[in-house]
Amino acid sequence: MTGSLHLWLIPLVPFAGFLVNGLIGRKLPKAFATAIALIATLIPFLHVARIWFQFPSLTVPYVENLGTWIWTGSFHADFALQLDQLTMIMLLVVTGVGFLIHIYSVGYMAHEEGYWRFFAYLNLFMFFMLTLVLSENFLLMFVGWEGVGLASYLLIGFYFLRDSAAKAGIKAFVVNRIGDFGFLIALFLLIAHFGTLSYSGVFSQIAQHPEWQGGVLTAIALFLLLGATGKSAQIPLYVWLPDAMEGPTPVSALIHAATMVTAGVYMVSRTHIIFDRSPFALSMVAIIGAATCFFAATMGLVQTDIKRVLAYSTVSQLGYMFLACGVAAYSSAIFHLVTHAFFKALLFLAAGSVIHALGGQQDMRVMGGLRKKIPITFWTMTAAVFAICGFPPFAGFFSKDDILYQAFISGSLGKVLWFVGWVTAGLTSVYMFRLWYLTFLGESRAESHELAEHGAAVHARPDSKQVIEGEHPHSVHESPWVMLGPLVVLAILATIGGFIGVPAAMGGHDEIGHFLDPVLGSGAHAPGGESPGLELGLSASAVLIGLLGLLVVHILYKVKPELPGKLATQFRALYALLLNKYWVDQIYGALIVTPLLLISRHLLKGLIDRGVIDGAGFAAGATAQGFGAIVQRLQSGNIRSYAGWLALGAAVLLIVSYFGFTAHF
Amino acid sequence: MLTDSILTLATFVPTAGAIVVALLPRKGKVLQWWTLIVSLITFGLTLHLPAHFAYGQPGYQFEQNHVWVVSPAIRYHLGVDGLSMWLVVLTGFLSVIGVLASWNVIEKRTKEFYFFFLLQQTAMIGVFVALDMFLYYCFWELSLVPMAILIAIFGPERGPKTALKFFCYTFIPSALFLVAILWLYAKTGTFDYVELQRALTTNSALFAPEALWWVALAFLVAFAVKVPVFPLHGWLSDTIYEAPSAMAMVVAGKLGLYSILRFNLGLFPAQSRMFAPLMIALAVIGILYGACVALAQTNLRRLVSYAMLSALSFCVLGIFSFSLAGLNGALYQTLNEGLTGSSFLILVGFLHERYGTYEMSQYGGLAARLPNMATFYVITALALIGLPILNGFVGEFLILSGSFAGHERWVAAATIGVILGAAYMLWMIQRIFYGPQSSFVTNSPAPDLVGREYVALVPIALLMLVMGVASPYWMHAINEGVSSLANSSTQTVTSTAIAEKR
Repeated sequence: MTGSLHLWLIPLVPFAGFLVNGLIGRKLPKAFATAIALIATLIPFLHVARIWFQFPSLTVPYVENLGTWIWTGSFHADFALQLDQLTMIMLLVVTGVGFLIHIYSVGYMAHEEGYWRFFAYLNLFMFFMLTLVLSENFLLMFVGWEGVGLASYLLIGFYFLRDSAAKAGIKAFVVNRIGDFGFLIALFLLIAHFGTLSYSGVFSQIAQHPEWQGGVLTAIALFLLLGATGKSAQIPLYVWLPDAMEGPTPVSALIHAATMVTAGVYMVSRTHIIFDRSPFALSMVAIIGAATCFFAATMGLVQTDIKRVLAYSTVSQLGYMFLACGVAAYSSAIFHLVTHAFFKALLFLAAGSVIHALGGQQDMRVMGGLRKKIPITFWTMTAAVFAICGFPPFAGFFSKDDILYQAFISGSLGKVLWFVGWVTAGLTSVYMFRLWYLTFLGESRAESHELAEHGAAVHARPDSKQVIEGEHPHSVHESPWVMLGPLVVLAILATIGGFIGVPAAMGGHDEIGHFLDPVLGSGAHAPGGESPGLELGLSASAVLIGLLGLLVVHILYKVKPELPGKLATQFRALYALLLNKYWVDQIYGALIVTPLLLISRHLLKGLIDRGVIDGAGFAAGATAQGFGAIVQRLQSGNIRSYAGWLALGAAVLLIVSYFGFTAHF
Repeated sequence: MLTDSILTLATFVPTAGAIVVALLPRKGKVLQWWTLIVSLITFGLTLHLPAHFAYGQPGYQFEQNHVWVVSPAIRYHLGVDGLSMWLVVLTGFLSVIGVLASWNVIEKRTKEFYFFFLLQQTAMIGVFVALDMFLYYCFWELSLVPMAILIAIFGPERGPKTALKFFCYTFIPSALFLVAILWLYAKTGTFDYVELQRALTTNSALFAPEALWWVALAFLVAFAVKVPVFPLHGWLSDTIYEAPSAMAMVVAGKLGLYSILRFNLGLFPAQSRMFAPLMIALAVIGILYGACVALAQTNLRRLVSYAMLSALSFCVLGIFSFSLAGLNGALYQTLNEGLTGSSFLILVGFLHERYGTYEMSQYGGLAARLPNMATFYVITALALIGLPILNGFVGEFLILSGSFAGHERWVAAATIGVILGAAYMLWMIQRIFYGPQSSFVTNSPAPDLVGREYVALVPIALLMLVMGVASPYWMHAINEGVSSLANSSTQTVTSTAIAEKR
């Protein structure tokens, strides 16, 4: 093609932004720091957009090798970037949504201390995320993979003086590291069996050997999957994501909803050639996805913190994407990844706008009646809620239906997966409309004392925003346009974004699916199995269960508002189970964290290190009391005597060794 | 001209500087400035090596080979190759950093301190460049003495006892090591490393295999204590705790690891392979054990010592994998550990200078008061836990991936260390810098980093980043050093195997 695409600009410009703001941001005027952060995100976006318009004329995959990073013997890993259809989609999402969230943050973080630090971290995140999707080999992907984890850690712990935020940051990083352990083992297996970590090297070898099935490939796939469950918050490693809501809300939108957490889905899709060779690994992906999808939705039903509802919702939606990967419908997964990026980013940003309006309040039990007070936030949020619940023609409708249909037509396990996904669609509708009703409809419950009777915490928990001093808690106000602008853009995308993948059954052309075919293969589209009638029927059933969810919420929170409380008392055990999130955190604590600390403290440090190893050392020391006396003398001597000792020692050494040899001869 | 005598200069300029220290007055910062100048000169001299190193040339460079003592045949034989070159440079670099780290901390008995500090530099550079076993042994022993004396003088709590412990741990195995050297001399009539290596490879009939096994073991134990390898690390925690930072920076790691590579693998490849299963097991236990005990620490300085045990065990794993990647990674990680370990110890020292305690429970929320110091702690922690694009990752990755084939389970276990590493480092950061500010912190205001401290920390931080992204620059020489070693060791294995068959 004509000249280089300069892909390196895409990650490195945000990195430059990080360096500038990270090093001297504290001293820069606020407007200047803001400008740097925004420009450092805008340039990559414009560059990506330019490449997008050039894309049809490009030969893909296009590779740009910037030099060797690590080499030893015959193995080497390069700073090599790659552009293909999958990367293109990811780049558009990451830079597009990323830029919008940067703009939003200007308003949201305006009153925060450490404003420059926030933007520096955000740019750092962009750098690593773009590296992740642009890499041409597994090792560079791992750079991005670990790096986004670092950015996530730093941003979750942004309010580091708050204990809960600092702890949530550690939890996120360490749990992710458990996943990274899997990723690393997969890398070692790949090197041992393929001798390279470049995608083209590994994938072409697999392609040349159709007889390779299962075996090592299953092992590699399962270890990669472990990595993916960490980053994408799937069972068993999802526990860090709800706590990650300690971070500022734009962070939750960008990192913990739209981009970073989808890295696992991207990774499985990128390496699908390996997964395709292992039916067992694929079914594990599907089962983990479906299970996560369902359980996360049930936990979302009873949360009272607006951001936590959205967190569980994210986990659940990511479960859908894994479910899709598990039935080899990778392009459906990516399609849902895209629409989810739109509506989930929007949900978080709108929630942020609500929190902003209420001066830091996140508890939905003291919200209510905000529809009139913050109308733009309300309408944009409404678009997002409709999108996630899969109501036509909103974006989520097409992508979720695609996944459910692909699941349904893939064997007997597929029917079960479809059923779980279908039920979850109903649950999704319940917890989302519950949020919608509690936040926007009805009357304000800000001064209701009802909650105190339940013994619940009523105090405003300034979780993601420090309560702005001097601001009256009840002066509810709509957010400034710098925040509303991104909301409106995302609302438009959440409304019409699904039209990039309208299936043939509904008279569309599934553009995104066909676009991705060269990378993700068309095997999943089950030629011959296509049945427009079935697809439409499944669609209708999904919409129906969504409407059913809306109806349930309408009865519970509008018609008979006393009913939720009654239900909670009637099904106390179930309610407690969900409210306590199945006690998974406590179980992990009791099974892993506590034993590890106890063993480390008492057995290893106390008994073995102090007792056995140190004890042996002291025993040896005690037998050398004579030496002790010398050392005592040394300690009090002056410098000349030290030199004397040294000379004496050297002389003794020479004499002894001399006689030592002569004895031999 | 400079090239001919560069190694002698680099080795003995610090000694000359030490003699001047003994004559200088104890006024103001005269001693500090003088030692800094000497260290800078030494560092500058060591930089001559990479600037003039001839890549692709076998054997040793910048060699000096003269008769020292006629009988016994001791030679003054110095030289470097890819194995030792960067370690010499690292020593020169850390010498400068060490002075800066000691600037204000060492207030009393400064003359003793800087005298022995410089003597220690001579000993360490000597260890890396000596190619005569006797000469090497002199430097090796010399490296123990200033260390022990400085611990005895400056140990804050149990200095003399710790010095004794350190001395016993390192001296007793060294005595056996000396016996082993003498035995080799008795058999071959030479102390010269190159000739010894030749004799051991070409004339293996001269040595009884059992005797060689014992000799190799004597070498290995002496070096393993110095690394230290689990369970020979009993001296490490106390020594790191009691020693001045500038000394603690260099007490573990590079000397022992280099010696294992040079002498155990270089002279006794077959025996090293016999020890390999045990050493790999001990390395992996050391990685996990060090990490767990670090997790259990409440004292920051002791946490550092166990973090070092864990990090250094990675190097041992890489060495005894005998794979090229593992060996490359091990040597690279030795350099990394020298940098990150030093950075960590310096930072711990700077914190102690301000608040006078290592107890992490006293701290909390310090990032609000000392944001720049917090930043350096975070960067160092990230390098230590092997975050990609920082140096630690390159070493760890090469070690683990290189050792993987044939040791899948051990390496998988070692990789768990990656999780534990993140846990204890980030928890440490959290306890000191995050969370609400403790009353201890609010009651004793202290300034953030100052100019001299930046001068010490910034170069290390930059190196961590550069070594993380541009590893081929260093790997070039390292690869030559260890691959020649690996090749000769495979040859020796086959020749010994043939000899045994006869």
